[in-house]
Parts: sequence; C-alpha cells; structure tokens
Amino acid sequence: MARTINVVPQERVPKTFWEKSYVPEIMRGLAVTIRQFGRNTFSRKENRDTFTIEYPESGTSHYPERYRGRHRLMLREDGQVRCVACMCCSTICPANCIHIEAGEHDDPTVEKYPAVFVIDELRCIVCGLCVEACPCDAIRMDTGVHMQPRFDRTTAFHARDEMMSRGGLSLATKGGRDAVNEDYTW
Amino acid sequence: MPEWIITIVKILVIVFGFVMGVASLLTLVGDRKQSAKIQNRIGPNRATLFGLDIQFFKNLGISHFIADGIKMVLKENTIPNGANKFLHGLAPSLVFLPGLFGWAVIPFMDTYCTGDITVLANYQEVCSGEEKRYFQIMHMEVGLLYAFAITAISVYGAAIAGWASNNKYSLIGGLRSSAQMISYEVAIGLSLAGVILVYGTLDLNEMVRMQGHQMWGIVPMWGVFVQPVAFFMFFLAGMAETKRAPFDVPEGESEIVAGYITEYSSMKFGVMQLGEYAATVFIGSLVAIMFFGGWQVPFLYGDGFHFGTPTGTPDVAVPYALIVLLRIGSMVIKTLFFVWLQFMMRWTLPRFRYDQIMTLGWKILLPLGLANLVITALLSAIF
Repeated sequence: MARTINVVPQERVPKTFWEKSYVPEIMRGLAVTIRQFGRNTFSRKENRDTFTIEYPESGTSHYPERYRGRHRLMLREDGQVRCVACMCCSTICPANCIHIEAGEHDDPTVEKYPAVFVIDELRCIVCGLCVEACPCDAIRMDTGVHMQPRFDRTTAFHARDEMMSRGGLSLATKGGRDAVNEDYTW
Repeated sequence: MPEWIITIVKILVIVFGFVMGVASLLTLVGDRKQSAKIQNRIGPNRATLFGLDIQFFKNLGISHFIADGIKMVLKENTIPNGANKFLHGLAPSLVFLPGLFGWAVIPFMDTYCTGDITVLANYQEVCSGEEKRYFQIMHMEVGLLYAFAITAISVYGAAIAGWASNNKYSLIGGLRSSAQMISYEVAIGLSLAGVILVYGTLDLNEMVRMQGHQMWGIVPMWGVFVQPVAFFMFFLAGMAETKRAPFDVPEGESEIVAGYITEYSSMKFGVMQLGEYAATVFIGSLVAIMFFGGWQVPFLYGDGFHFGTPTGTPDVAVPYALIVLLRIGSMVIKTLFFVWLQFMMRWTLPRFRYDQIMTLGWKILLPLGLANLVITALLSAIF
C-alpha cells in the first residue's frame, strides 16, 4: 500500500563565509554584552537597564493594586473585630493555616466573635481564598506588605490583635443592603 | 640578600599574591557581579560583613566571597564507594598545580638594572650595571615550551579525576576534557609557531623586549599586529584549554551533572574550580605577553618616552622607579583585561556542541594554523 507523504521543501538561507567563520557574529554578540556591562556598571543609576527591584528600600509601589500581602482583620465602628467566627475562611483554606476559636458575643444580633484567630504564616500559601470566602468583609489581604522572612518560627503566628492593629473600618454593612451606594468606592 | 630568599619572596608575591588573589576574586567579581551586570541584574548586595551594615561592602558582596571560602573548607569531604582513593585525592592537585607552576616563567617586568640604561637606535636597552631578575621567578631560555609542557599536565588531572570517581558522568566528563584539551593543544602549538618565527626566541622576556620595537616608527611590534590570525587562534584555543564556557562540554551541567568534578566535594571541589580560574588568568597573561607587548608601554623605553627613533635624550624623561611601576602596571592591567574578556565571552556565547568543538579544532584551527605558519615562514624568508 503506497503512502503519500507531503513534503514541503524548506528554503534554507545559505550562510555567508563570514557567518560560517563565527568571527563577526561573535564580535556582534560581544558588542551587545559589553554595551550592557558598561551601561549597567558605569552609567548613572537612572540610566541603567537593571530590572531588579530592591524591595525594602524601593517600597512596594510596583505591586499591583490587588496584590495579596499580609492579612488584616477589619473593624466595626466601635473598634471591635468584624469577624463573626463563621469558620468560612478556615474551612476553605487549602493550607489549613487559619485557626479560629469562637466566643459568645454580648450583642445577640452578632452572636459570635473570634476569641482566638491565628494565621500560621509558615503554612499560608497567600492564595486569597479566605478573603473571597469571608461573608462580612472581615479579613483582607490588601495591606501591600510583603510576607516577611523571619529568624524565629514562633513569630510567624499572627494573632487576632496583631492583625486587628493593621485593620481599618469597613464600609460594607450587614446584610449588604447599602453595599452599593455613593459612598462605597472600592 | 641571598638568592633563595628573593626567589621565595617572588613566589609568594606572584603566585600567592597575584594569581591566587585574582583567581579567587574571580569567583565573586567575574562570576557573580560581571554576569549580573551583563544580564541587567545587580548581583549579591545584601549580606553584611561581620554584621557591619556598610553599604559599600554590601554592594561589593564581599561576605559572599568569604562565605564561599569558609563553606568550601568546612564541608564534608566525601569519597564515593568504589572510587580509587589515591587517584581521587591526587587529581585535584594535578588540575590545580600546573596552573601555578606555569607562572614561573611569566615576566612582570624587564630585568632590573642597577646602573644606567642607554637606549640604542635599534630599540635595544643597554644596561651599564648588573641585571637582576626581580620580576620573573625563573629565567629560562625555553620558557614558552616550559609553560606549555606544564599546562599540558592538567589534562591528566581531569582524566584521572573522571576515571577515579567511579561515576559514569565523571568518566564521560574526563573523556571529553582529555579529547578537547589534546585537540586544542595542537592548535595552540601551531598558532604559536608563527609567533616564534617572527620573534626568533622562546624566552618570554626576550619576546616582550622584541615587542618594544616600532614598525615604521609608529606601530609597536606587538604580536597582535604582526600575527593577527595567530592571536585569534591562540585566544580561542586558550579558552578551550581552560575548559570554561563556551568550551565547557567537559562539565556541561545540563547533560552530565558537573563532568569530572561531579564526585568532588569540599575543598577538593574548590581547588578544581580555582584551578580553572587560575588557568584563565594564566591564558590571559600569555595573551598579554605574546600578543600585546607584556610589560611594554608604547613608546616607553628604559629612560623615558621616545616618540620616533629612540636615540639621545628622551622626549619625556621618566625616573626609573616610575618606569618599573608603569611596566608592572601595564602587565597586570593587560592580564586582567584578557581575563575580563574571557569572562565576557563566557557570558556571551552558548556552549559549543561536542562535534562543533572537534570541527573547530581539527578542521578550522589546524589548517588555519598550518597556513599561518607557511605564510609567516615565506614572508620572514623574503624580508
């Protein structure tokens, strides 16, 4: 049984003598690397092509607006934590890094509050699912602060009060009735 | 001062001061910083030196360099099962030592003249006093042959290291390195045959002296001007001899882990690496000596600058101490420049394939070297 094979002949560009001898091509390559070397070594800092961003000194302005940084817990108007200990975040967390122990709140309309709320930053994979899962805008990752390297593991556990100290007032209201009004800008 | 004390001082200053200093600094400046600058990065600039938060030291990355050395010394020294213990331990020194022995014949300055120097019209410098060899460890009439005889030994180091490690990758690396080095030794020898014909000597210091002559009164008779083809060949083959990129198939890490140094750890590995850097510096110095006038500064002779035929009083008189310093500086700067250029080549070119290396060595460099030799011989017979 005869098989037909379609062959498309490719026109190869023949190399010239100088290309085959490598010498001018190597010179061109060297010119590129030497130009980069000279520019990145001897020119003024703003004229360099260096892509490296030196993080703590240069700040975080280069991070996108929705960059996921360290967690923070948002506050109510009276300064209490917004979290109602519904366990949504710790349930969805793929790394099991959120530990919540609920306590009974004095206000019967709130029911619960987190007596203990600890995030293990060593386990956290910074996926942001806890923020997505939160029904009352209590946990956010919009601090823009990088996850910090640390010398001691015990300092990697973020307790509730520490995260509340980074927190702010949320404009979301209970039930979401007034969530879309003029004041509310994301 | 007795002769042997001077010799020991020369060895200490040249080999341990200059060569080892430059070779070990290359791990930092050449590999880390230079590559970073070429690739639009910054390179190591974070670690502090002994906790001192000085930006200058942080930017230089000195502590990485020191940590490298300490790490090398403190790491566990492992010898694989089934390895030949004696040869496995011997190989690093066989790689490393030739790179240091070769420096015995490298002149950093002309012979030191205790009396007055008269420069003749044929560019010769006549010394009225005693000539002391303070800037060359060992004076040898056949210095060039000695240098290549010694560097050729390092092929044994690589081959033995590959064989004694009881590792297939090491064996392949050892085979590749011996094949490559032996192929390129032919090209090196042939490229230098033309140079030897032109200068008519094997003495490296004499060779540098010859390069103080001027062609047509303006162009110094440097090897690169009288033997340009030989310069390209020697530089290429010399880079292949150092087994560094783009000729680093013997340790092509994407294929055979690290080639013949796969099974080496701790300071044995460090010595192997340092040997490569030392070989880089050595090739740099040979290129400087044979093709770029070694310690010669253009138009500078034993009593000062002569623009034109060097007779009578110099155009710009220079004291002898300053001439010595200028000439040593010239040699050091030329050497460092060619070390830098070799690193630039390393960060410019991708690795040659094994068959390309063999094609370049045997089909291009060898006929080119023969042609260069024949043409040089013809020309020097005619003129």
